[in-house]
Amino acid sequence: MKLLTCPMNGPRNIDEFQYLGPVRDDADPDTASDAAWARHVFRAANPPGRLLEWWRHVPTNFVFVAERDTVSNDVIRTFDPATAERP
Amino acid sequence: MVFRLLKYGLSHRYPVTGDIPATPDLKPRYDVVIIGGGGHGLSCAYHLARYHGIRRVAVLEKGWLAGGNTSRNTTTIRSNYLTPQGIAFYKEGLELFAAMSDELDFNIMFSQRGQLTLAHTEATMRAFHTRAEAGTYMGTRIEVVDPKGVEALCPELNMDYGGALEILGGLWHADGATARHDAVAWGYAAQAARCGVEIHQRTEVDGIEIAAGRVTGVVTSRGAIACDHVLIACGGMNYHVAQMAGVELPIRTYPLQAMVTQPVKPWLNILISSVSLHTYLVQSSRGEVVIGGGSDPYQLYSTRSTLDMKEHLAEGSVHLFPFLQGVRVLRQWAGITDMTPDYSPIMGASPVTNLWLDCGWGTWGFKATGVAGKRLAECIATGRVPAILHPFALERFERFALLNEMGATAASH
Repeated sequence: MKLLTCPMNGPRNIDEFQYLGPVRDDADPDTASDAAWARHVFRAANPPGRLLEWWRHVPTNFVFVAERDTVSNDVIRTFDPATAERP
Repeated sequence: MVFRLLKYGLSHRYPVTGDIPATPDLKPRYDVVIIGGGGHGLSCAYHLARYHGIRRVAVLEKGWLAGGNTSRNTTTIRSNYLTPQGIAFYKEGLELFAAMSDELDFNIMFSQRGQLTLAHTEATMRAFHTRAEAGTYMGTRIEVVDPKGVEALCPELNMDYGGALEILGGLWHADGATARHDAVAWGYAAQAARCGVEIHQRTEVDGIEIAAGRVTGVVTSRGAIACDHVLIACGGMNYHVAQMAGVELPIRTYPLQAMVTQPVKPWLNILISSVSLHTYLVQSSRGEVVIGGGSDPYQLYSTRSTLDMKEHLAEGSVHLFPFLQGVRVLRQWAGITDMTPDYSPIMGASPVTNLWLDCGWGTWGFKATGVAGKRLAECIATGRVPAILHPFALERFERFALLNEMGATAASH
């Protein structure tokens, strides 16, 4: 079983986690155009390579960010966005 | 006998010419470049050469012929979708499959044995009624069957499993079929090559050249090519290749895993799938039980297999057919799928003139091998997108005009 290191709980089996998708910036509801909204809703980062993404440790309901390589499936790092600087 | 064999071996007629010519040298210019030497790309090349007289066509394939999702899918051909637009398109795809062996003079082993999708919840049964009505209206053979009907179609099914996830009914699609996937690609490739199409294996595309909003050529690992039209038909790599042209597709890429058991006596005459168990089974003509298909839970461009997904497929299979419990898994694999938000493909024009898209085929592309190639060849030859492809345009994601086929696609191949 692949391990994912939760910033709060340490390394756990990856089936304890829920994948919440790539990190993306929110669209501004007051100023975003229809096209910007459509882009926000339907387009997500999908590179073959490094990807920042949200994960949740289900038993503890702890949500964090992982950086993972989507070709090799290596997890480069995980961090709590509340305490760490986003690159 | 020995003498005749020796004479044959030494004669000039030996070795026999293969169906697919060896990769030729790249020419500096083609009318059409097709990126991706899988079923869809080869089908488009065939239709261009055979029906539109466009023979200066190069099919570029990074690996080997049909080595991607064409040979990794689980060969379900069906048209039991939900939307009228979806059903119309897949119905045409199914009809092309039925005529394909004659069309290509290549036995694709088309077997129209019918597909039964199982419901384990009332909600699924309601969805089945909607799909049956839509399919009947569109002229396909589809009906809802009760548990007695399910037993009649497949007496080996375990109907109650001790009360957990018992089978409440099914969706019987008599048009459902299967075929040999590599034969489909080889048939198209052989006939396209006979018409003059060049198939370039081990030729990777590194860039797409654009001038004044119009595609002008591609850069490959074997040199640059000028061309008038480019078709992107790269299966799992569509997002990446489209980005080379600055086109950002609404695609997220996931692996889909499948496996096949050791050969057993023929017993499963139909295609079986279960919505709740996320498992579908078909017995191949060699007797192996082909079992799909578990989508991985997170984005990945890798064809590795995982034990937990295989366990999940095995659990679903044994749930439906308990006597499979002692049967061994012979092979396992995964394909990389380009998933769209609405589980429908993206076909037709792109923001770049003469750059055509055959993308977003996710986990459901094999059944459309013929029709996607045929209709995209029509786009390229006439410069106009035919009406049947309008609902699948990339612009639908700007207009919020989605073609939602999630319920008819997920786990019911």
